[in-house]
Amino acid sequence: MLEDVFRDQWGRVLATLVGILGDIEFAEDAAQEAFALASERWPRDGEPANPTAWLITTARNRAVDRIRRDRTLARKTEQLGRELRDLPEDTMDDTATLPDERLELIFTCCHPALALEAQVALTLRTLGGLSTDDVAAAFLVPFETMSKRLARAKRKIRQAGIPFAVPPEHVLPERLDAVLAVIYLVFNQGWGAGRVDLATEAIRLGQVLATLMPDESEVLALLALMLLNDSRRDARMRDDQFVLLDDQDRSLWNEQQIADGRSLLERATVLRGSGPYVLQAAIADLHIRQPRDWEQIALLYGELGHLTGSPVVELNRAIAVGEIAGPGAALELLDALALDDYRYFHSTRAALLRRLGRDDEARLAYERALELTAAGPEHRFLAMRLAELLPPAGRD
Amino acid sequence: MKYALLNYSKGGAAGERGARDMHPGIAAVLDRPNVSGWVRLQPAESATTVTLKARTTLLTDGPFVDSKEFLGGFIMIEADNLDEALAVAAELQELDATAAIEVRPVFEQELGGA
Repeated sequence: MLEDVFRDQWGRVLATLVGILGDIEFAEDAAQEAFALASERWPRDGEPANPTAWLITTARNRAVDRIRRDRTLARKTEQLGRELRDLPEDTMDDTATLPDERLELIFTCCHPALALEAQVALTLRTLGGLSTDDVAAAFLVPFETMSKRLARAKRKIRQAGIPFAVPPEHVLPERLDAVLAVIYLVFNQGWGAGRVDLATEAIRLGQVLATLMPDESEVLALLALMLLNDSRRDARMRDDQFVLLDDQDRSLWNEQQIADGRSLLERATVLRGSGPYVLQAAIADLHIRQPRDWEQIALLYGELGHLTGSPVVELNRAIAVGEIAGPGAALELLDALALDDYRYFHSTRAALLRRLGRDDEARLAYERALELTAAGPEHRFLAMRLAELLPPAGRD
Repeated sequence: MKYALLNYSKGGAAGERGARDMHPGIAAVLDRPNVSGWVRLQPAESATTVTLKARTTLLTDGPFVDSKEFLGGFIMIEADNLDEALAVAAELQELDATAAIEVRPVFEQELGGA
């Protein structure tokens, strides 16, 4: 229980400390000490009236102590040391004087001067409050590798002078894109097998960002998209097999997530959002309505393809077109795409060919899709489909 | 903070141009108080590299790193943070689409000599 409080507080506390101390690593050490002290005292003395303020003030005082103790550090942070001593000591119960700087922290962690994998790890560690151990486990890398990756990223921030700030207006859109990309990447890392549920972590981060930037349509839309997709999590698998959307047990869908996702999407639309996440969230919403409005879905994929120029989006549009104009029309669109290394290209082609009764070609397409798919539920699903085809006529 | 903007380009012509041929946009950037002059390097083929092999000094014709792009020169700037330095780099880069600019923070303290 205390652990939950800590997880909720970590990002908020750390961000404020980075703002005060000017260095992520130093702030992390101070925060860690404060949390350790809290886990010792709170169960004994009860939780303080304002846990956030308690944690920040305690951590800040620890940092001041450390500067006093450590002469080298004191020299390096002479200016800082003076400023810290000047701070009033009685901010203990007053959160108003403690600025929420999580937005600054997000933009620092997702700065494009850092490698993408470092951005992701750092965001999960600092804002998500995951331990280095958990971040390593989530990405299936050894602890040492992740620990080095995080240390290197923090060093780069310090040495290169990556600012702890919300970017100015003229670069904000592209920097925000980078932040959204990191969160969506975490979400799509999957309904993880590890201890950490990355989809839930991504939704958490999305919620924090939506609180901090309530007027950015793309921020709201990304959260909507994640909620709408996550709502079907429990219905997506049955007996270790993938269940297609139309065959899913709708009573297993998370109604609350769907409702929240829809209202966020609505707010994004009211803000006149028409960016890629608004389009994707709108499509996700259309997919779970019955009957499915394929015309509208095809139209939105068309717009999205126009924005992103992505052949994968065009593949999805082809599927929608197939529902309207038949598998032949979809196949024609599909065969114009250069997606030979993409497994869904081949599995989609296979399904269309099967519907057209072109079983031999369908078989080849399923086989190619299987080649590109790692062992697991998806692989089993494709193998099952392949087995359902009639045996090859005269092929050895 | 101090940053070095290292300018990499293909071919050798750019460095040989005189001050008069300099793009007016570049001249404007160089005139700013937080920007030092542009140290321009002669073409890579003019370089000689000194290394030590079997305790003997070895001279090699050409640059240490041999690649299609070569280090054409560098400009030192003073900026508050990386974003400001990157903005100057982007400005210069736009004036020469083929060039790439590496932005490298510089230690505040110069050692000896100066």
